[in-house]
Amino acid sequence: MAVYFQKREVVVPGQLLAEGRYRSSFGTYDDEGKIFSSLVGLAELRGNTVKVVALEGSYIPKEGDLVIATINIVAGNNWKVNIGGPYGASLHANNALRRPYSDDISEYMDIGDVISAEIIAFDRNSGPFLGMKGRGLTVLTDGMVLEVSPAKIPRIIGRSGSMINMINDHLKIDTIVGQNGRIWIRAPSTEILRLAIKAFRTIETQAHTSRLTDRISSMLVEELEKIKGSVETKEEVQETAELPETEPESEPELDTEAEPVPAPESKTDSKEKPEPETPPEKKDTTVEVEAKKDEEKEEPTEEVSKNES
Amino acid sequence: MSPEVKPDFLISPEGLRIDGRRPDEMRPIELKVGVLKQADGSASIRQGKTYIIAGVYGPRELHPRHLTLNDRAYLRVVYRMATFSVPDRKRPAPSRREREISMVIANSLKPALFLEEFPKSVVDVFIQVIQADGGTRCAAINAASLALADAGIPMRGLIPSVAVGKADGKLLVDLGDEEDKYGQGDVPMAIIPQTEEITLLQQDGSFTKEELVEAMRMGINSCKYLHELQKEALKRTYVRKPGDEGDEGYEDDLETDLGEAELMEDE
Repeated sequence: MAVYFQKREVVVPGQLLAEGRYRSSFGTYDDEGKIFSSLVGLAELRGNTVKVVALEGSYIPKEGDLVIATINIVAGNNWKVNIGGPYGASLHANNALRRPYSDDISEYMDIGDVISAEIIAFDRNSGPFLGMKGRGLTVLTDGMVLEVSPAKIPRIIGRSGSMINMINDHLKIDTIVGQNGRIWIRAPSTEILRLAIKAFRTIETQAHTSRLTDRISSMLVEELEKIKGSVETKEEVQETAELPETEPESEPELDTEAEPVPAPESKTDSKEKPEPETPPEKKDTTVEVEAKKDEEKEEPTEEVSKNES
Repeated sequence: MSPEVKPDFLISPEGLRIDGRRPDEMRPIELKVGVLKQADGSASIRQGKTYIIAGVYGPRELHPRHLTLNDRAYLRVVYRMATFSVPDRKRPAPSRREREISMVIANSLKPALFLEEFPKSVVDVFIQVIQADGGTRCAAINAASLALADAGIPMRGLIPSVAVGKADGKLLVDLGDEEDKYGQGDVPMAIIPQTEEITLLQQDGSFTKEELVEAMRMGINSCKYLHELQKEALKRTYVRKPGDEGDEGYEDDLETDLGEAELMEDE
């Protein structure tokens, strides 16, 4: 019975971590009672379970994950969807729309649309299937999508949402953090948006340092002061910057490993969005929104397609 | 480029090699991790004058689809030499030798990787030889293994690799270009260091049984030394710089889920 690493030590593949009655879990493997690391990452001991928190890696879907996805193909009553990583997902109309729905499901969501969805099934034999039945799972029509390394998502969310909530509170922005490394951001002004991106990028590069929440917090306060200072000279910017925003409590509180808490997205102006569950009888509104969507959508679509290349 | 001349001797009367090394001494090695920005994982190696860059992409969707393996990821290794990497211009078309070395490298890395965690996908390893001065396949394995670790591909351990050869009747570790060309043979090998399992063993030239056993012993020793360098290179890239830490305060733990861990205490 022995443990051969310090708390949160950086370990490399093949490093002996523990011997004896320990259980191997994520990022480790067991070889005749000895537990070795299989990844570069931070070793942790929880109870008698040894795990390694990965520092790199592509997105491997897990049931219950909230993801931000782009629609690639409309195939009959399925959407083929890009969620990043090695596996393409599919979203069946039954899991997204309320019945009855029209035969041509591209009326509801078409190629290039960006959505937030939940992984409802994934195993080795059948590729990931998405669902959009949860609260706050919709087509994203405005804002932008930022891509970060999926391995850093737990850090961006923080312990029971501490990090993301802090950022939302400070900047008064709406965010949805997908486990697949995509973050949807809607900010009241470009300055705030840039600041949000800067914050997420900082977290990404410094993910394994301590007291990160505090440092990000003070960085944001500082930068906000600067923005305020510059805005006072330009009044017209101020107006947009101080648009009334939603109360931050309703923000998605996502946990790394937590149960599928599909982002309870803040209810701002979401009635305007084409809810995928829109029953066909409300078609007139859908069509109207469709036109609107085309103008607004540009940003997220562009961003995502850029990242694919 | 002046035509190469065969050196008069590979081992000097004092028992040293042409570049002044002892028989069991390796060339100076410099390993770097994370040298490419676009790749998911990357590493470079300088081993004497040999300079190689390896980039890893994936696991990602596999194209063409018919290569898909249903129970594990496909490991696709592409070893290529730059046209300027050798004294004569290397013709840029993929050669038979490159194809073979790609396959050899893939086979020596595969036993260490947990590819079964990513069925139907592909892990791409691209190896580019910038400058060749002997031992490129072994250096390529060293770099590729680091790049795979950098990409976050789960593995049993890093794979160190070295060639042991024979020149003027003496066994030499880590052959340089001349020793390779004018020597009497070489044995490239790669191991999984924890278990000393051999994942690559090739032989060129003729060795007696005793020589081969001794060559393998020397190879394993050198691989273990290389393994230390690899571990050190990886840690250097990831360990936070001293100064920006208060080691005590992990109040914002990134780990929320204790899972069954605490319940299993007395199992």
